[in-house]
Amino acid sequence: MVDKKIVEYIANLSKIEITEEEANFLSIQISKILDYIDKLKELNVQDIKPLRHFYLKNNVFRDDVVKNSNLKKEILENSPKFLDNLFKIPNVL
Amino acid sequence: MSYNLNFINLNGFEIAKKIKENLINPSDIYNFFYERIKKLDNKINSFIEIYKEPEEDPNGDSPLKGLPIAIKDNICIKGKKITCASKILSNHIAVYDATVIEKLKRAGLKIIGTTNMDEFAFGSSTENSCYFTTKNPWNIKKVSGGSSGGSAAAVALRLVPFALGSDTGGSIRQPASFCGVVGFKPTYGLVSRYGLIAFASSLDQIGPITTNFVDCAYLLNIIAGKDENDSTSCCLEKFDFTRYLNEDIKGIKIGIPEEYFKEGLNKEVKESLEETIEIFRKKGAIILNIKLPHTEYAVATYYILSSSEASSNLARYDGIKYGFRKEEDSLSKLYTSTRRDGFGLEAKRRIFLGTFSLSSGYYDAYYLRALKVRTLIRRDFENAFEEVDAILTPTSPTPAFDIGEKINDPLSMYLSDIYTIPANLAGLPAVSFPCGFTKDNLPIGAQLIAKEFCDGILIHLGFSYQFNTDYHKKIPEL
Repeated sequence: MVDKKIVEYIANLSKIEITEEEANFLSIQISKILDYIDKLKELNVQDIKPLRHFYLKNNVFRDDVVKNSNLKKEILENSPKFLDNLFKIPNVL
Repeated sequence: MSYNLNFINLNGFEIAKKIKENLINPSDIYNFFYERIKKLDNKINSFIEIYKEPEEDPNGDSPLKGLPIAIKDNICIKGKKITCASKILSNHIAVYDATVIEKLKRAGLKIIGTTNMDEFAFGSSTENSCYFTTKNPWNIKKVSGGSSGGSAAAVALRLVPFALGSDTGGSIRQPASFCGVVGFKPTYGLVSRYGLIAFASSLDQIGPITTNFVDCAYLLNIIAGKDENDSTSCCLEKFDFTRYLNEDIKGIKIGIPEEYFKEGLNKEVKESLEETIEIFRKKGAIILNIKLPHTEYAVATYYILSSSEASSNLARYDGIKYGFRKEEDSLSKLYTSTRRDGFGLEAKRRIFLGTFSLSSGYYDAYYLRALKVRTLIRRDFENAFEEVDAILTPTSPTPAFDIGEKINDPLSMYLSDIYTIPANLAGLPAVSFPCGFTKDNLPIGAQLIAKEFCDGILIHLGFSYQFNTDYHKKIPEL
């Protein structure tokens, strides 16, 4: 049901490179999982609201006040490549 | 001073009391557990990092002050390597403390190290760690459960008095059940998720793994509470879970859902649960049969929703700001190569499943439908809690399975979460506690579920149960 082409399409959306062999292997496993998940089609959910939040009735706001956490150095040092206060990356194009 | 092994027979609260009474030096306690980890952990591999010198807050003043605690490798500790047992975060140093870590430090506890887990919490066996598999201290050929397998195994072997884990579909409760310890998943929102590396944001909760309900109550007191850094955290105005450490449970109504006792349940687990029901009945609880009719749809609902949320939460791992990077000539190839090499197989499987469910053309049929079934599952519980105060079930259909047994059959692994998943989908508090052993000396866990913010009822029932039983006092011999 989820064939190799769909798996390759999903891999592209997920930005994860996979080999053809992996695409075949994953298509079998994911198809099996989705076959099981098709159970959900047994239920009539026509007038049922989706459950997205439990107890949040209103949006949660705070005052727009700056709090200085001063973590620039630590954050940059976690990066594989940085220069001054910029993350270094290869060409975008 | 010389101490004997009695530390491992005391609960954390009792050890902390001796520290308060100046009968023991806190640094001697830390060293005792540190040496015990160094001596025994190589048999089970529960720890990833161990800290020789803990951070100390001299002003900490909780009743657990001075005790060491282990932390699952997905909770940020400032300045420490926190990796979610994933190659893609292998060199990541947390730049802040999670709120629960701040609270533990302020309470005077000492973080002794980080524990092993399934990569990004994807798993039920701790076999998906990029480092090693954590073995079950009761039988090293068996899994410790997952994804908080390291925390559960470490507490079971008394390498630490207690630990924190995280639970999205059972990841605290199931390993607690396999390892014979108490594993508590709070009501969604009771404990802040700030600093917990996210798997599924509408399901994740941090919770304590302990040997007993006294320590569990004291730990919950420390880590619970509204946090302005987590907008999903809720406010219980005042709480003191130690108020529930009371043996008398007369009149409390416990529901037994028939759906959790059908085919697929191991015979010894079933017998153990029947004994547990009798113990509660003899102590004056009222036992009622209830129905939770949508139980059979929980696993399917969970795997769509959690994978969808995971695919979104893991999009940030791109090799740019932190973690592993595979250098390439273009940015686009950098992303796809980094994620190809950085994520393990289960992580990829979940991301693909989630991406598929959220993609155009499939969103309504999968993700939206699962959200609606989630409402039905939650409604089952709302109806049940009109009649009962708590629900008692097995934690897992089987005791710990063999290492390697389910790793190549993802669906079989997912189905083993059948009893723990519903509480996460409904946002309810749930706890697993040891209720027996198989004839092969493997622990069996029972689960109690309560209404939201009624976490205290679980403490009450669990404490009462442990008052008259001693399954929780057994220690594996390695």
